[in-house]
Amino acid sequence: MTTTVTEEPAAPPVAKTARPPRKRGRLVPYWLLLPGLLWLVVFFALPMVYQASTSIQTGSLEDGFKVTWHFATYWQALADYWPQFLRSVLYAGAATILCLALGYPLAYLIAFRAGRWRNLVLILVIAPFFTSFLIRTLAWKTILSDGGPVVSALNALHVLDVTSWLGMTDGNRVLATPLAVICGLTYNFLPFMILPLYTSLERIDGRLHEAAGDLYATPATTFRKVTFPLSMPGVVSGTLLTFIPAAGDYVNADLLGSTDTRMVGNVIQTQFLRILDYPTAAALSFILMAAILIMVTVYIRRSGTEDLV
Amino acid sequence: MTTDHGGDVRLTGISKTYGSFTAVQPLDLTVPEGSFFALLGASGCGKTTTLRMIAGLEEPSSGTVMLGDQDVTALPPYKRPVNTVFQSYALFPHLDIFENVAFGLRRRGVKSVKKQVGEMLDLVQLGEQARKKPHQLSGGQQQRVAVARALINHPKVLLLDEPLGALDLKLRRQMQLELKRIQTEVGITFIHVTHDQEEAMTMADTVAVMNAGRVEQLGAPADLYENPASTFVANFLGTSNFIEAEVAGRSGDDLTLKAGGGKLVLPVSRCTASAATGEKVLVGIRPEKISLTHADDAGTIPDGRNRITGRVADSSFIGVSTQYVIESPLCDAFEVYAQNIERDSRLAPGAEVVLHWNPAHTFGLDAAQDIEAGAAKVEEDAAA
Repeated sequence: MTTTVTEEPAAPPVAKTARPPRKRGRLVPYWLLLPGLLWLVVFFALPMVYQASTSIQTGSLEDGFKVTWHFATYWQALADYWPQFLRSVLYAGAATILCLALGYPLAYLIAFRAGRWRNLVLILVIAPFFTSFLIRTLAWKTILSDGGPVVSALNALHVLDVTSWLGMTDGNRVLATPLAVICGLTYNFLPFMILPLYTSLERIDGRLHEAAGDLYATPATTFRKVTFPLSMPGVVSGTLLTFIPAAGDYVNADLLGSTDTRMVGNVIQTQFLRILDYPTAAALSFILMAAILIMVTVYIRRSGTEDLV
Repeated sequence: MTTDHGGDVRLTGISKTYGSFTAVQPLDLTVPEGSFFALLGASGCGKTTTLRMIAGLEEPSSGTVMLGDQDVTALPPYKRPVNTVFQSYALFPHLDIFENVAFGLRRRGVKSVKKQVGEMLDLVQLGEQARKKPHQLSGGQQQRVAVARALINHPKVLLLDEPLGALDLKLRRQMQLELKRIQTEVGITFIHVTHDQEEAMTMADTVAVMNAGRVEQLGAPADLYENPASTFVANFLGTSNFIEAEVAGRSGDDLTLKAGGGKLVLPVSRCTASAATGEKVLVGIRPEKISLTHADDAGTIPDGRNRITGRVADSSFIGVSTQYVIESPLCDAFEVYAQNIERDSRLAPGAEVVLHWNPAHTFGLDAAQDIEAGAAKVEEDAAA
C-alpha cells in the first residue's frame, strides 16, 4: 500500500517543480517597468498635479500665489476665451480633414502601388522632420507672401474670391488669414496622418481586393466596402495624432496668422509667458485637455464600435 | 470543338509570361460544363496562373478565354460569371459570416438576401455561425464559408485554388468528399487546382497534369494512372518502376523486349514510344501490380508472366500492405507493394526473389526522358 502511494505521483513532480517561479524571476518585469514609470511620475504626473494646484490659486506675482480653491478662474477663462477655443477646434478640424484628404491617397499609393519605390517615398514623407519645425513654418511665410507666386496663382484662378467669401482669406492676402493657419497646420501634421494610414493599409491582404473583385465589386465598391473599413484603425489614429496636437498648437497661428486668428494655444502662451497670470493659463490648459478628452472619447466610441475588427 | 455545350470553359492558345519567365506555355483546354476538373501539378507548374487567368485576376499574354459562347478575355473579374475559392480563403475580416456570404449578392443588387444566405449556410452546415466573425471559426469552417460565399452567386464555373491546402489531413479527406457532394448537388463546373495527386484523383472526373507550364496529360484519373504518357505523370501520380529495354521484335499484339539478359513482353497498344525493332524503350510497371515469389518457388510461377530476379533490400510493414525495395540488375530500387493476405516469412531483407506480373499491366514510354521526372514531389508528399 505504502509503496503504491509513493510511486503514484511519480509523473506529476516534473510539472510541480516548474510551477512556483523563483521570486527574483517574477519581479523582473516590474524592474523593467521602473525607469518608464519613474519618468512618467517625474515629468507627467508631478507637473499635472502642480498645474492643477496652480489653476486654483489666487494672488499676484508680487504677493505670491496661494491655493484658495478658486474654481471661478475656470469659468472666467471660459467666458473670456471661448472664441479662441472654438477657433482651435475649427482650425484643427479643418486641418485634420485636409490631412486625411491629402494623406489617404498618398498612403494608399505607397501601400499598394509604390512597389520598389515604397521605402524612398516613405523617407520623403518624413524628410521634413530633418529640419526644424520653426524654419519650415517660417518658409511658409515666404511661400504665402503678398504678391508671391502662390497668391498670384490663386488670385488668377479666382480661388481667393471663394475663400474670401467664406471668410478664410482677406481680399488679396493669404498670409495672416485663417487659410494660412490651416495650411500651416495641415502641412506640419500631414506625416502624422500618413504614417498610421500607411501602416493599416499595408496590413490589408491584397487577396481581399481580389476576392471582392471576384464577387462582383467594382474597384470603387471594393474601396468603399473592403479597403476603407479595414483601414479604419489607421484613420482613427491618424486623425487623433493630427487633431490633438493641432488643437493645442500656437506656432502656426503665431507665425502665419494675425490677432484675428489666435488659437487657445496662443492665449495660454501669452498668459504664461507675458501676462504672467499663471492660474488662468493653467485653467485654460485643463479646459483644453478636458475638451479634447471628451471629443476623442466620443469619436473613438462612434468609430470604434461599428467597424473596427 | 464542341458547339452544343453552352457552358464549357474553353482556353485557346492561352499563355502567361512574366518578363523572360514563361509561367504558362500556350495552352488549349476545354472543360466540359458540369464537370469536376482538376489541374494537378507541383508548385510553380502554372496551374494557379491558369486558374487566375480564367478568373480574370491575371491577364493572359496571349490567347482567349471563352465561357460558353462569351469571350471573357478582356473582362475584369467583377464582370465575369465565375467565382473563386481562394487559397487561405480571403474572407473579409470586418464582416460576419452572413455578410461575407451575402457580399456577391449585394454587389449585384439583390434586395432580399436573407433566405438565400440562410439556405447556403445550411448547405455548408454553418447556419448557427451566421453572426460570427471569420477569425472565430476553425479552418474547416472558414473553408466552408469561402465555398458558400462563391457558390451563392451560382457562377458558371467555380474556381478552387488549393482550397484544402491549409487543413490537416483528416479534415482534408472529409472536405474532399464534402466538396464532391456539393458539386454533384449544384451541378456547377468546378475547376480545382491542387498539388495533391490523391486529392485530384478522389474528386475530379478529369485531371490535367501540368508540368513546367504545359499540360502533360489529360484524362480520367484511372486512365492517367494506368496509362501514363510520360515518366512525369507516371511518377507524379503514384509510384512507378522503370526498366530500360530494347525492342527485340513483335509477335501479334505484343512487343518482345530485351532487358539485361531477360525478356519482357509489352502490349503494343500500351507503348507510346516508337515500336521499331532496336529502339530503346522505358518499361514501366506499378508497384502494386507486381507479385513476389521466393526464388525457391520460382517453378510455381505461371508461364506468360514477365519476370525479373532480384534480392530484397528492404521491407516495411504498413498494415494493409508491405512495401518491399528489391535490388535487381535491371533496376537498383524496385518498389513492390504486396497486400498482406498471406505473408511469406522468407521474404526478409537478403532473400532471393522473383518479381513477376501480368504483361498487360506493363506500359512503354519513350526512353529519351528523365526517369526521375516528377518523382521528387511524390517523396515529399509521402513524407508530409
